[in-house]
Amino acid sequence: MQERLKELQEEAIQKVEQSSSLKELNDIRVAYLGKKGPITEVLRGMGKLSAEERPVIGALANEVREAIAAKIEAKQNQLEEAAVLEKMASESIDVTLPGRPVNVGSHHPLTKIIEEIEDLFIGMGYEIAEGPEVEQDYYNFEALNLPKGHPARDMQDSFYITEELLLRTHTSPVQARTMEKHNGKGPIKIICPGKVYRRDNDDATHSHQFMQIEGLVVGENIRMSDLKGTLDVFAKKMFGQDREIRLRPSFFPFTEPSVEMDISCKVCGGHGCNVCKQTGWIEILGAGMVHPNVLEMAGYDSKKYTGFAFGMGPERIAMLKYGVDDIRHFYTNDVRFLKQFSVEE
Amino acid sequence: MFVSYKWLQDYVDLTGVSANELAEKITKSGIEVEGVEILNEGIKGVVVGHVVERVQHPNADKLSKCQVDIGEGEPVQIICGAPNVAQGQKVAVAKVGAILPGNFKIKKAKLRGEESNGMICSLQELGMEGKIVPKEYSEGIFVFPADAEVGADALALLNRDDEVLELGLTPNRADCLSMLGVAYEVAAILGREVKLPETSLESLSEKATDYVKVVVEATEDNPLYVAKMIKNVKIGPSPLWMQTRLMSAGIRPHNNVVDITNYILLEYGQPLHAFDYDRLGSKEILVRRANDGEKFVTLDDVERTLTADHLVITNGTEPVALAGVMGGANSEVTSDTTTVLLEAAYFNGATVRKASKDHGLRSEASARFEKGVDPNRVRVAGERAAYLMAKYAGGEVLEGAAEVDTLTVEPAVVSVTLEKINRVLGTGLEMKDVEAIFDRLQFGVSVEGDTVTVTAPTRRGDIKIEEDLLEEVARLFGYDNIPKTLPIGSTTPGKLSEYQKKRRVVRAYLEGAGLYQAVTYSLTSEEKASQFAMEKRDFIRLAMPMSEDRSILRLSILPQLLEVLKYNSARQNDSLAVYETGNVFLSNGVDVLPEEKEHLAGAITGLWNNHSWQGEKKPVDFFVLKGILEGLFAKLGLTERVAYVQAQVEGMHPGRTAEIRLDGSKIGFAGQLHPSVQKDLDLKDTYVFELSLKAVLGVETEALQYQSIPRYPSITRDIALVVNRETVSGTLKDIIVKAGSPLLKEAYVFDLYEGDKMEEGKKSIAFSLKYVDPERTLTDEEVTKVHDRVLEALKEQAGAVLRG
Ligand SMILES: [Zn+2]
Repeated sequence: MQERLKELQEEAIQKVEQSSSLKELNDIRVAYLGKKGPITEVLRGMGKLSAEERPVIGALANEVREAIAAKIEAKQNQLEEAAVLEKMASESIDVTLPGRPVNVGSHHPLTKIIEEIEDLFIGMGYEIAEGPEVEQDYYNFEALNLPKGHPARDMQDSFYITEELLLRTHTSPVQARTMEKHNGKGPIKIICPGKVYRRDNDDATHSHQFMQIEGLVVGENIRMSDLKGTLDVFAKKMFGQDREIRLRPSFFPFTEPSVEMDISCKVCGGHGCNVCKQTGWIEILGAGMVHPNVLEMAGYDSKKYTGFAFGMGPERIAMLKYGVDDIRHFYTNDVRFLKQFSVEE
Repeated sequence: MFVSYKWLQDYVDLTGVSANELAEKITKSGIEVEGVEILNEGIKGVVVGHVVERVQHPNADKLSKCQVDIGEGEPVQIICGAPNVAQGQKVAVAKVGAILPGNFKIKKAKLRGEESNGMICSLQELGMEGKIVPKEYSEGIFVFPADAEVGADALALLNRDDEVLELGLTPNRADCLSMLGVAYEVAAILGREVKLPETSLESLSEKATDYVKVVVEATEDNPLYVAKMIKNVKIGPSPLWMQTRLMSAGIRPHNNVVDITNYILLEYGQPLHAFDYDRLGSKEILVRRANDGEKFVTLDDVERTLTADHLVITNGTEPVALAGVMGGANSEVTSDTTTVLLEAAYFNGATVRKASKDHGLRSEASARFEKGVDPNRVRVAGERAAYLMAKYAGGEVLEGAAEVDTLTVEPAVVSVTLEKINRVLGTGLEMKDVEAIFDRLQFGVSVEGDTVTVTAPTRRGDIKIEEDLLEEVARLFGYDNIPKTLPIGSTTPGKLSEYQKKRRVVRAYLEGAGLYQAVTYSLTSEEKASQFAMEKRDFIRLAMPMSEDRSILRLSILPQLLEVLKYNSARQNDSLAVYETGNVFLSNGVDVLPEEKEHLAGAITGLWNNHSWQGEKKPVDFFVLKGILEGLFAKLGLTERVAYVQAQVEGMHPGRTAEIRLDGSKIGFAGQLHPSVQKDLDLKDTYVFELSLKAVLGVETEALQYQSIPRYPSITRDIALVVNRETVSGTLKDIIVKAGSPLLKEAYVFDLYEGDKMEEGKKSIAFSLKYVDPERTLTDEEVTKVHDRVLEALKEQAGAVLRG
């Protein structure tokens, strides 16, 4: 009987090894381990055995069953794995084919520049102030130390609607309005972005509508050196840590002293090239200490309060930063132009 | 202002400072030098030649054959095409081997069979602009004075071995509209002295007042009028050095008297006018406002109609000059003039500006009066001109001047403390540093304790208040030397407002949904201004538009976005999705600020999905657009508060347009463009929307609050309803939601059938309904009870029956 069991085990294991499909394997299971299988048969004949032999043969029969079952399971795993591999082999695809497109839009380049500047100054404690695009002559000019008949009004040929209303020529009126709202009490730290309008013919470098971003800080101890330090932080974050700034005296009716800020030319490293007109410097913005008349008109005591202001053109910055050569691109909205700004830097 | 580097050396010693170094220093301390032009750049080999013989070219009518002595032995033969070439002239000759502007090399040549060894040059050929070349030479070659040395460097003789600095002057620095003003500035920068020009001369014993009497009626406009008399002048060309200086500054030479007045304008910044005394027709100068409608012919031979805003110089009755702007043809200096009345005056800037603007006559003179001349330089400028007329026009100057002087000249006296200087600039200057700066500027300085008191010279009319002194200190101390600091003291939190934050969310969402942001113009045409406008208001029209296309402020954004689609579509980009946020302008009446409302508009056209190799091509449709909007409102937490209602909007497809309502109020619309509009713009099917962003972002929304996730299973029942074709799904959904609450948690359309299996005029809409109780597991019976109620309501309120 023992021998018969051994034989069965060997025979079954051989068949399992030779089997090549899950069905075949199942047939083997049924044939050897089923209720009608030879091992059950053997066990059924155990009644003829002695009391001593019976547990020995019983144990052996179980061993054989387990061995066969283990073998079948191992083989089953093997066959299943092979089946999966085969299936996957038949499923292979060309991964170099393009994917199903997801439509992605993007910020307009001017919005990109404006938000970058906004975020930079928000990090330095500034709020974003906005104001009307149609302005009163008072806020656009008079409150900024440009009384009627002031020669500097020639510098800004404006779109008037009536004698008192015009399209703002800069975002400075937002400064005047913000100061007025503060009722002569500081501090103020704001950035004013927005559209402005001037009577220019549209060409590669002029646009009758363009963007401006201005900044204003008013407080009890605001110094020219603070302006210089602030602009230095701005220039380095916006244009690169290796850029130097230079302030040159200038003139704006609403600031005194007034300066213009240049940054060192990236192209030539300051040695002079066509981009910087051989000067090594590129003009970026105008700035200055808020004129006492402007402070006084807005209700601030100019003996106690000082402030600085600066203003720049996002178009110019975008043109410098991205190498755009024609300001009209910003307003034509050619998708071949817009698409290029979907990349986040 | 053009500043000749050589000329400037008459007033300031520039030893050791090249033109470029000077430009850099001037720029850094306050006046931007926009360029430095080397006048003889790229020119070589041009000498003075003597035309010893000139004959007609044998084979060409318009050419001359000249023998020219160029100081190199035998004269050379040169063929010349200029009409004014003549024997005996001293001319500029570009020798063989010379280089002229534009890298034009002079070679030996044969012209119509005759040899030519060089070229006789016009001033234009030497790089000078035609408009500054003296009229008599503008159509031909230039002729030097007879004493020019043969073989000498012609460019040096023309003062072209010079560099010209172009100053970009801001309106406050009118003092630098003169060589002397620039000299003071340069002297301050370099710490050197200013040398003043020569003015002293011997006068005749005859008095100017014997010849003329000056009366000024309008003393506000003209507080100072000085008339000097010069007799026996001989009109002729001015000396070559003066002509070349004028040309370097961009002024065309005329004759000695006119050139001298222009020379003084450049040297002192004081405009002068020379009248032909004998043509005045009186012995009187009367300055008055013009009469309305008074006629006057200016020396450009244009008859002008004057008004009482204009100031005129008259001979007692007739105008002879438009004050500060232009002289009259009736009293102009001509080649026959022998007696000159020289006017040196101070005219009010605003008066001159009005006249120059009204008559379109902006000149070097009017520009200077408008910006304000130095009141203390009026007389001395007249003296200097008289001196030059004596020297270069053979004139005899009469004693004194006839004048009216009601001008009070008080130099500005301004004080500032050292503490304030350092507090505002952030510097650590000492009083001696500050004093030294004002000394260099030649300002009067006195110090008392911590206070410095400065007396500014009248040429610096821009110095009025403390801050002006701060600026002078800052610029001459040097901005490079000011430290970099950041503001100290009370801090402010930097942040975006709620509105600004949400606007960024809107932009980011739309871009994520596939739309590109566009920025278009606010100004548009009358035709487009009101298209798609949500509110009808009066147009806000510019008083003086530059074109009709940009004359009115927009009432909607869509017309501009459609332009963007049209532009791109015409360039093979006919599938496109764009949006814009921007203001529209709603009039509140004349002279009142309009309401500026921020709008959001979007447009999608062509294909939405285009997956080429899988053959998927899905054109945009209403539901693509609506899906974008639904996502937007979901993002803003407004889903439950927004409704879409079938609507008619001009320019839109009548059956495919919805009005969008928020809390029941109209905030915008969405739909397909009217097919005829699409056709006009040559667009494929296009869907658009425009919303009041102000309304959308302005509403209060509830704070985000977590809702527990249901722990008990839900039960779903699907129903297919048969309804009349006109019944909209929104109505059915409203009924379902109302009848099914509170157990009904969700209901959505999952099928729509309008095909021919339906009875005429009917359609089938299928909804999926989901019931949940957050507290326990619902039984079938409980759900059935509610569900039956829903079906009952649908039947009753919408005549909807279950599809069999
Ligand atoms: Zn460069």
